Amino acid sequence: MNDLIASNKRRTFFLLTGFIVITALVGMAVGVLVGNGATGTIIALVFSAVFAFGSYWKSDSVALAVSRAVPADPIEFRRLHNLVEGLCIASGLPKPRVFVIRDEAPNAFATGRNPKHAAIAVTTGLLEKMNRVELEGVVAHELSHIKNYDILVCTLAVTLVGTIALITDITIRMMWWNGGRVSRGNDRRDSTNPLAFIGIALLILAPILAKIMQAAVSRRRETLADVSACKMTRYPPGLISALEKLQADSTVTHSASMATAHMWIEQPMSGVNDTGRLGLWHRLFNTHPPLAERIALLREI
Amino acid sequence: MSSFVYLIVIALIAVSVIAMYNSLVRRRNEVDNAWSQIDVQLKRRLDLIPNLVETVKGYASHEKATLDAVIQARNSAIGASSSPVAQAAADSAITGALRQLFALSEAYPDLKANQGFVSLQEELSNTESRIAYARQFYGDAVLLYNTAIQKFPGALIARVCGFSKREYFEAEDAARVTPQVKF
Repeated sequence: MNDLIASNKRRTFFLLTGFIVITALVGMAVGVLVGNGATGTIIALVFSAVFAFGSYWKSDSVALAVSRAVPADPIEFRRLHNLVEGLCIASGLPKPRVFVIRDEAPNAFATGRNPKHAAIAVTTGLLEKMNRVELEGVVAHELSHIKNYDILVCTLAVTLVGTIALITDITIRMMWWNGGRVSRGNDRRDSTNPLAFIGIALLILAPILAKIMQAAVSRRRETLADVSACKMTRYPPGLISALEKLQADSTVTHSASMATAHMWIEQPMSGVNDTGRLGLWHRLFNTHPPLAERIALLREI
Repeated sequence: MSSFVYLIVIALIAVSVIAMYNSLVRRRNEVDNAWSQIDVQLKRRLDLIPNLVETVKGYASHEKATLDAVIQARNSAIGASSSPVAQAAADSAITGALRQLFALSEAYPDLKANQGFVSLQEELSNTESRIAYARQFYGDAVLLYNTAIQKFPGALIARVCGFSKREYFEAEDAARVTPQVKF
């Protein structure tokens, strides 16, 4: 378990470095396109460093705000609070902040940077559809994410991937805008500059790379969290039947966005689990292993 | 040159011995902490009992035998020594007495409708599950600690520095069979 935590801390480091490198490359590409490589790179480096540090401290609030999570009332959601407290005692964790999301779809996620600064959020749909042991399984799964420091990696990925997407978006818009202006003498020379093509390629590749990074970070984590959750509750059937209920339920989690997809207990988007023509493509980008696979694995315990 | 190599080897051994010793200390403290967590929850339960008894008295004062059994179980739990085995025995006595009390409440609709009684009952069952969780955590901590002091290099340090094995929390034989509820 300690190796796992160490590996997650390493991942965080790589994620942050990878983010800075990708952003710097994108900055360079933008710079080359606009005509000043060095300035672009420096701006991007400063920008990404500020964002990387900011994400470390604040990304949990970003993830919670994006998902429209509100603090769970200790009286209204007493059962949830009691469950969380009990499982925290069992795993020796401090109690995280508890949030609820008003959403019909059953789903949940955990966020924060370490067990002392953690939060878990569940949808009201989950509270309605799950019985006590199932809910216990789901909460234990989320607490395992906290204990294994998965939350740090995942939550950072939210803001970092989001930032890369944002920069690329802005740049592509700027290119269109720039392309519409009156041509000048040196424009023709610029358009034959091979670096410009690399720049465009990078702009297209960066979000894809970010996406793969996000998927790789989270898929194995889900399986591991399932197994540690069973160690915590000592009752695998609870989580198994919860996952089966999630499988049967096809409501789309509206509060989840593309950027937070990998944090939830179940893939929040619809149609992503298709096995059709794009099956392989989807597998590469899936943030979660198929539920059937996770259930089969838990049955073996 | 060779003395330099010896020096490095000795330094490496010293560092790893210190690291191992520290990790044993950390594990032992975890066991102690896990144990005190159980105590916190047990105490919480003992604190809830007088209120519960008072509430029940208001509705069913003539059920003296059951109420006395609860109070007596509580008093003997307060006096019990803090070894895992003694604590387990006192605790299962309380659990049995409380079960009788709650079974009795079925016969008094007014009592069952009392808001204070309902919330006390809820608190108690929550506390009981917390006690179970705390014991689970204690068991995990003991497992890690006992393994660490019995495995090879750790065992040497444990013997020299006096790290002794810890007891697991064992449920009493009485607690293993399903309890009978008498009316």
